[in-house]
Amino acid sequence: MELLSAILFATVVAGTPLLLVALGELICEKSGMLNLGAEGMMSVGAVAAFVMAFTFESTLLGVAGGIVAGALLSLVFAFITVHLMANQVASGLAVAIFGVGLAAFLGKPFEAKVLPSVKPVEIPFLSELPIIGQALFAQQWMVYATWVIFAGVVWFLAKTRGGLVLKAVGESPEAANAVGIDVIRVRYLAVLFGGAMAGLGGAFLSLFYTPMWAEGMVAGKGWIALALVVFATWRPGRVLFGAYLFGGVMIAQLFVQSSPMQIKIPAQFLSALPYIATIVVLVLISSNVKMIRLNSPASLGKPFRKERA
Amino acid sequence: MIRLEAREAPNTTMRVVTPVLAIALTILTGLLIFALLGKDPVRGFEVFFVNPLKTKYGISEWLLKATPLALCAAGLAVGFRASVWNIGAEGQFILGAIGATFVALYAGAVPILTLVLMVLAGVAAGAAWAAIPAFLKTRFNASEILVSLMLVYVAELLVSWLVFGPLRDPMGFNFPQTVMFEPEALLPILLPGTRLNLVLGFVLMVLIATYILVFKTHLGFKMRVAGESPNAARYAGVPARTMVWLGLLIGGACAGLAGMAEVSGPMGQLTNKVGSGYGFAAIIVAFVGRLHPIGIGLAALLMALFFIGGEQAQQYLGLPGSISKVFQGLLLFYLLATDVLINYRIRFTRASALTSGAR
Repeated sequence: MELLSAILFATVVAGTPLLLVALGELICEKSGMLNLGAEGMMSVGAVAAFVMAFTFESTLLGVAGGIVAGALLSLVFAFITVHLMANQVASGLAVAIFGVGLAAFLGKPFEAKVLPSVKPVEIPFLSELPIIGQALFAQQWMVYATWVIFAGVVWFLAKTRGGLVLKAVGESPEAANAVGIDVIRVRYLAVLFGGAMAGLGGAFLSLFYTPMWAEGMVAGKGWIALALVVFATWRPGRVLFGAYLFGGVMIAQLFVQSSPMQIKIPAQFLSALPYIATIVVLVLISSNVKMIRLNSPASLGKPFRKERA
Repeated sequence: MIRLEAREAPNTTMRVVTPVLAIALTILTGLLIFALLGKDPVRGFEVFFVNPLKTKYGISEWLLKATPLALCAAGLAVGFRASVWNIGAEGQFILGAIGATFVALYAGAVPILTLVLMVLAGVAAGAAWAAIPAFLKTRFNASEILVSLMLVYVAELLVSWLVFGPLRDPMGFNFPQTVMFEPEALLPILLPGTRLNLVLGFVLMVLIATYILVFKTHLGFKMRVAGESPNAARYAGVPARTMVWLGLLIGGACAGLAGMAEVSGPMGQLTNKVGSGYGFAAIIVAFVGRLHPIGIGLAALLMALFFIGGEQAQQYLGLPGSISKVFQGLLLFYLLATDVLINYRIRFTRASALTSGAR
């Protein structure tokens, strides 16, 4: 029981950065913009958050720094793809390469420094529930904030005019333009939200998960989040499920590695599990071509140019 | 007011001009970064672009550094032409190194034959690693971008396991590395007194071979059609599956060859640090080189300077070596941004009362 409770708790923590980044990417892709740079935006977010929090001794400023850094980098992506009509795949790769490099460069002086860890907020009574109490009601405040953001995204997509506009742009920018929607503005905002969320996901890593910065600590989580969006067939509910599923895979391998049962599996094989799991779920989902085609935004990855008279 | 105006046809001159423009912008930005960090920009320029080329040994190291970049990029470019996005060359490079290492350690030391087997093993291992995304793409429609990328992390863990475990040099003070290879398993040095070896010949061969494949064969023509216009390709009966397989296998084979040359050349053994970002940098090399073998050769030389400059910047400027990755990213950004000039021309128009009132 104790062990299960601990595993669930750790699963929620490990899934949180994936959930944040994937929700941002979901909104971004709903507008038809395929930004593959999540890994880079997460990395700069993680560094900026750590540097801000370390310098000003404020977690809140750190979070803000992560959000701003991710958004700024995504702005570069938006500019070259929307205004300069650059290929989205290549531009996303550029964001990933540049972001990871910039983070390593800027973060160098801050490696081996540590922040005080953020205390969990225990909700009275509920946190004492068996098994799920700790996982759901004794987390750091950022985990709760992630759920609020999740609810906001669900509500935005399903219930608001803005969500409708976003989806219309993603399905057919030409048609949206014809009915007077400012496609470029919508796409910019969607990319910015994606960048901000990736930055926030990075901030979660360097402020809450392991309160430190080390080069390479993002370790592919940005790419896994991209795969999650496909896995979820662009539906927020499934993104939530997928994020915790992957969080679970990441945690399970840690628990096996440190288990007293002395399972003789090399550590590297276990560490490879999340990446292999990503490939497996991609295969399972993608093989259903019809489902992918029905659910993916029709204009995903395609440029839009407003012809002016 | 700046306005973009579509050209009637893509400007071919601009296809050559924009990479040069992007390089110039990257260097200018680099100087600015040095200045902002309180380093003398002229000194920074020297460290990156002048000092490495001052001596014969320096030039040989520069050429050597360019070889894995050129090999990986030449292979990737074949796939990119057909819009097959293999971004896992880093992993295929590592597998090539592993494959060659097994031959070097276990196949006995016979002059020439050992090297030939190492080349074959490296190429086969790299291609096999790339065959995974090719199979999953053609059979299950899984994104080759994400699969090839995930396999980079798996390859890094695989090599780490090997050199910490079964292949570790028992006399190596527990360092994560194999024994040094026998001389028969090392590529012959071309220029005495340097580390420049036969890999330079591999590069020339691969560049020429990919040129012939892409520009002189019917298959290459089909690949270009598939990349430029998927719809036209479908009507012309170009099978998309074949393109995916070819693009990935050639990319993997070239990256595997580069990995073989790394352990059989400058390293002389397998370590957990074998993948040093060449596979990712090669993506940029391929784009900056316009997917053309000559361009790739030149772009690899430039990128090699960034790599060496990054090492030197650590030593002489006290800057983190990752500054070279910042420059690599900047270069790709500038290239993608300036490429707009190929299809559009910039018009500077005066915001007249008429247009500003028209909003």
